[in-house]
Amino acid sequence: MSAFLTVHNLSAVLHGFDQRVLRSVSFSIDTGEVLGLVGESGAGKSMIGKAILGILPSAISIIEGEILLDGQDLQKMKPADRRRLIGATAALIPQDPLTALNPSRRIEPQITNRLVDILGWIKSDARVRAMELLNEVHIDNPERVMASYPHELSGGMRQRVLIASAFAANPKLVIADEPTTALDVTVQKQILRLIRELQARHSTAMVFVTHDLGVVSKVCQRLSVLYGGKIIENSSVPDFFQGPKHAYSRALLAATPKYTDPDASLLPVDEAVIEAVAAEVLAADKEWRHGA
Amino acid sequence: MLDGRGSIKRRLGARLWLSGTWLGIMALLALFAPLISPHDPLAQDLFAGRLPPFWLSGSDPAYLLGTDSLGRDVLSRLIHGAQIAFSVALVAGLATALVGSLLGLLAGYMRGWIDIVISRLVDIWMAFPPVLFAILLIAVLGTGLTSIIIAIVVIDWTRFCRVVRAEAMNQSAMDYVSSAVVAGRPRRDILWREILPNVLPTIVALLTLEMGIAVIVEAILSFVNLSISTDAPTWGGMIAEGRTSIHQAWWVLAFPLAVLFLTVLSFSQFGEGLKDRFDPVLR
Repeated sequence: MSAFLTVHNLSAVLHGFDQRVLRSVSFSIDTGEVLGLVGESGAGKSMIGKAILGILPSAISIIEGEILLDGQDLQKMKPADRRRLIGATAALIPQDPLTALNPSRRIEPQITNRLVDILGWIKSDARVRAMELLNEVHIDNPERVMASYPHELSGGMRQRVLIASAFAANPKLVIADEPTTALDVTVQKQILRLIRELQARHSTAMVFVTHDLGVVSKVCQRLSVLYGGKIIENSSVPDFFQGPKHAYSRALLAATPKYTDPDASLLPVDEAVIEAVAAEVLAADKEWRHGA
Repeated sequence: MLDGRGSIKRRLGARLWLSGTWLGIMALLALFAPLISPHDPLAQDLFAGRLPPFWLSGSDPAYLLGTDSLGRDVLSRLIHGAQIAFSVALVAGLATALVGSLLGLLAGYMRGWIDIVISRLVDIWMAFPPVLFAILLIAVLGTGLTSIIIAIVVIDWTRFCRVVRAEAMNQSAMDYVSSAVVAGRPRRDILWREILPNVLPTIVALLTLEMGIAVIVEAILSFVNLSISTDAPTWGGMIAEGRTSIHQAWWVLAFPLAVLFLTVLSFSQFGEGLKDRFDPVLR
């Protein structure tokens, strides 16, 4: 069986620069599988998610490669068809729950809009579905929350609403873009468990973007390490935590704070390692340019 | 009790309240001008010329705020002037807001060549000196209330366009817009239901400001005699007439000037107050 989402040789550039921001990225995800995308800030983790969903900033454009969603090449589709396909099969859990809900609208229409307008549900059905979803994300009084404005809810509540909203239309693919970064550590754990729970129940394929290897170990089955928009290492999660193959991955893993030994000093990633990986990325660039 | 937040709130309230009251009174006077005004604003009485207002000696109780050099009642002219000023403020303000906001929303949301065309147009537009532009327009369109309104819209839409465009761009970058795009909702729907409601408070605040500006522009055009017919009771026209007789009858100049000043001030303060009301953080 072929994978549900396949990204093949994807490269993107920022207008006005001749460097690529995504460098021949390839990976694939099966139904029910969670792939972690890890890397430091600016490594292009979120960019990949945005490229798949077609919400790249206008200054960035894809120059080569394929994104196959459910066997269809997104790059070759007409924009309107692509949007329809993505709308029907994919969803996004955004990073910042403070800006991801429209401040001037109540919660209910923000969950039901897509059901009613895009998928043609009846309003009352959509309302029932929204209630169910809010129950699923363990919100105690869905009635009250649905009638609230976003600023009346806490950060954790808002993230729950966003998760509910993402799973509303039974998506086959969910892109979670650092869904716990903006939350308190105590809330993070609940939200992670929740995402995992919903993902398993609906056997959704999921791309989980994060810079926290601890989170990856809890949520994902496989992971890809990114540096400078290039995938440095693809690995299954158990293998990775046994011992990563790439020097940069090893340094990254070593830099993770250990809860078992809180007094240990934090280990920064060695500069020599960074130089080596940067050189590797540039060498790959040179090769790519020759090929092109 | 000393509470910083409380005192801030009260001051904001007072601002909204004071300016709102003044505008309300003015609007009522404008609405019921023919019923309220004690005299015909155009009726001349050369025997009762330059009568002072009621608290000075030699005044006539029939003319509360005195008369001008042609013996016309200043109070009645002020009230009828309010009618003209407020009609212009309302119609021109709304029309300007509509045109400017629509173009601003389109530019800020659609970006691309639409944005380039609209933004360059705004740049070129704003290089014209506004008052000269207005006078030029009136010269082409001819005098009259409609011409004034058209002139204000043609000159001032850029004010809305710029601000609304920036605000729409801000909102477009928000995650909830991305989510709506991912959900496959049509662009038109995103513009009206996600972006517009968040830009609306800005538009309302600008609208009240624009009404104040419309009143000033109308006064300026009346002052230079490019408004409606010469003897029509406009505030600008009254100021122009009062200027010539300031040493003999200061009240002919002072009253319309004060009313104009307070009205424009109230419009801008009312807008500021409304904006604070709409601000979710202060609310």
